[in-house]
Amino acid sequence: MKSNLDSVIAQACNKHKNDPGRVIDILWEIQKSLGCINEDAMEKIAATINTSRVHIEGIVSFYSFFSETPKGKIIIRLCGDIVDRHAGIDKIAAVFSEELGIGIGQTSPDRKFSLEYTACIGMSDQAPAALVNEVALTSLTPDSARDIARRLKSSSDPSKLVTVRGDGNNGNHLVNAMVKNNIRMKGEVILADGIQAESGLKKALSKTPLEVIQEIAESGLRGRGGAGFPTGEKWKLAQKAEANRRFVICNADEGEPGTFKDRVLLTERANLIFEGMTIAAYAVGSDSGILYLRAEYAYLLPYLESVMEERRKSGLLGTAICGKKGFDFDIRIQLGAGAYICGEESALISSCEGLRGEPKNRPPFPVEKGYLAKPTIVNNVETFCCAARILDRGSAWFAGIGTKASHGTKLLSISGDCAKPGVYEIPYGVEIAALLEMAGAEDPVIVQVGGASGEMIGRGFFNRKICFSDLPTGGAITIFNSRRNVLAIVDYYLEFFADESCGYCTPCRVGTVFLRERIQKVMHGFAESADLDYLKDLGKTIMMTSRCGLGSSAPKCVLNSMAQFPLVYSSHLKESADGLQPGFNIQKALEESRRIAKRKSMIYDPVFGNENER
Amino acid sequence: MVNNAIVFKIDGVEVRGKPGQTIMHAADEAGIYIPRLCDVEGLEPQGSCRVCTVKINGRTAAACTQPVAPGIEVENDTLEIRNCRRDIVRMLFHEGNHLCPCCEASGRCELQALGYRLGILQPDKYPYLQPVRPVDASHPDIMLDTNRCIRCGRCIRASRHMDHKNVFGYIGRGINKQVGVNGKNLAQTNVHIDDHAVAPGICPVGCIIQKRRGFYDPVGQRRFDLHPIGTEIEKTPKGIKK
Repeated sequence: MKSNLDSVIAQACNKHKNDPGRVIDILWEIQKSLGCINEDAMEKIAATINTSRVHIEGIVSFYSFFSETPKGKIIIRLCGDIVDRHAGIDKIAAVFSEELGIGIGQTSPDRKFSLEYTACIGMSDQAPAALVNEVALTSLTPDSARDIARRLKSSSDPSKLVTVRGDGNNGNHLVNAMVKNNIRMKGEVILADGIQAESGLKKALSKTPLEVIQEIAESGLRGRGGAGFPTGEKWKLAQKAEANRRFVICNADEGEPGTFKDRVLLTERANLIFEGMTIAAYAVGSDSGILYLRAEYAYLLPYLESVMEERRKSGLLGTAICGKKGFDFDIRIQLGAGAYICGEESALISSCEGLRGEPKNRPPFPVEKGYLAKPTIVNNVETFCCAARILDRGSAWFAGIGTKASHGTKLLSISGDCAKPGVYEIPYGVEIAALLEMAGAEDPVIVQVGGASGEMIGRGFFNRKICFSDLPTGGAITIFNSRRNVLAIVDYYLEFFADESCGYCTPCRVGTVFLRERIQKVMHGFAESADLDYLKDLGKTIMMTSRCGLGSSAPKCVLNSMAQFPLVYSSHLKESADGLQPGFNIQKALEESRRIAKRKSMIYDPVFGNENER
Repeated sequence: MVNNAIVFKIDGVEVRGKPGQTIMHAADEAGIYIPRLCDVEGLEPQGSCRVCTVKINGRTAAACTQPVAPGIEVENDTLEIRNCRRDIVRMLFHEGNHLCPCCEASGRCELQALGYRLGILQPDKYPYLQPVRPVDASHPDIMLDTNRCIRCGRCIRASRHMDHKNVFGYIGRGINKQVGVNGKNLAQTNVHIDDHAVAPGICPVGCIIQKRRGFYDPVGQRRFDLHPIGTEIEKTPKGIKK
């Protein structure tokens, strides 16, 4: 056993040239062979790649797909997202639990199976869903779950579970997934039929890099990930930054609960993504790129590798791309290991560097000092697709779609309580009400725009529009009908944030836990009106002081829901038995004693007079 | 030197900084105290505790990592910012187990001193998380009680950059993020009592304890008995203050 450990580690480290920067790839191989990365393994890996054991432990304990304790050969990860919960994932969990004889979070004694919940796996349009190792199982029912469990017990091969393949490239033998694309609406830009392959790249190479950047800038393209930074400007900053190397990174870490449009693009538009990355590389002067793929989409890895290999053979990646002398560019795929925060661009860079996926301090920004401290552009999957199309069709064409200030189309992942969940490509400026109609949502009451970190919209505001000046979004539209409990939804989002906080900064690490504690107090009917003020204050502090977007958006669901559904909150409040308002004012209580003693309290008065302070 | 000075304002007071300098550093030189916990002189700032949050032209940032820029208006000692800081210090008190009366770091603990300075008198706002973490007393000279750790990472940075060792490192994430040691316990690491990482003043609280030295200053003469935290900065303005 010991020698097995030694050889597995030696092999994995050697395969990645003992490079500490590739430690996540190394850990993946070891996790797969040994089922865990235990203390002995950490010690051994650290010694082999010349780093410290606590550094390895820091990484293993950071990513949720790595484990220090032995996991089963087959790991069943049930999607615990709110949409899956509403679709009955608990019933699926009960079936697996019964059939395999293990509870949630447990591994069977023979180490054949582990059963656990995981955060959104990007299949909300076909919930309830689960991952069995890398195989995605969708639209589960208690019956299909029972059948799956039984087949797993007899065959122990998750890939055999796929009997019916999904549409499009899901049917490709390298993807081999039962996943459906669910493309409900094709827009002109990305999902249009008959897109001329590599036309954008060829046109880009006939221009100078600065002209390419100019074209992107004129199109008005803004990042599709949610923050909406002007893409042309980002490229220009990276291009201008003094450096001997630059990097292009594609953010395919689609972790926001309720979003799955990148999954569809990675399946159906892989070439367009790589084309966009190559154009970006030419524009900024980069020779290498990284596609950061979330671990949940590992089932797409062999296919994406094959697409890249095909591109290398066709001269679209590698040296002298399209015969252009001096333009060399290649891409590697970095597989993540289960951490929502890695969708944040600087955390994603940390992860690519083989570190804990913690955001970096800014400034300096990635365009000046990013991957390996070199200028780096990080763009979303959808942004790269748009870039390739803009070079093909021109900035004026792109700017003509959408609204005056928000150009182009936006891919939306619509799921939840509606008849037609799926991916919709709409021009910017469409109202929420129109989306609800398209998706066949009956009785919608709450629409969460942009996932957990997005905005909660109540029925009175369905006239709001998807665009940068009203509702900028990464693309998740989660619909809830009148049977859903808004407090349970908020509680779920807070649970998600508390689980996914990297813990780097105090307000996010601790504040999210306190927010959730108090929301549960409200939910259970133990809260007083003072608790609502507490939630507002705490939310404000967290938003103001957190270091990155995770912390500063975590309280949004609380504050939004309090503003949109005040009656729900007030109906849960408890009135105190004596009919008085809760709360005790120590300063008031001390007033009489002060008067009698003719002096202030040593203990309570240093801030006396500053009664505005909380 | 004066020529390339960067002039900006903190609470309306004109302050001069140098290119590349942080707001915190420039403020220190100007004799303006910005409360902090994870930052300490001699270590690279990491901006994790967020106590030094200030408002710069209306947007919040950590003063310890944010560089100075010409003409910016920094809000430091305002009611809004004080409230944020109080909340963060409270969070740190409630996240761990801070039993000031029996802690040997009492009187020289920066967390406690900041509590006093910010006027936090009653620990009643937040729930207590009351973690239960084992105390690591394996080392002959040093003890580690992570129940009192505030994850400032000063020991991690001191060990890495001053001692050129990696005795400490972060493990876990979210509320479970902790400081771990490079071995099964402290005795199995190459930590030494003379390391900078375990010297008094690196750990701002009572998490890293030197054995056989407990309660070394009598009450009344402890570091913060004499002057509140930050006084040393406010007393010795080195920069230009108008």
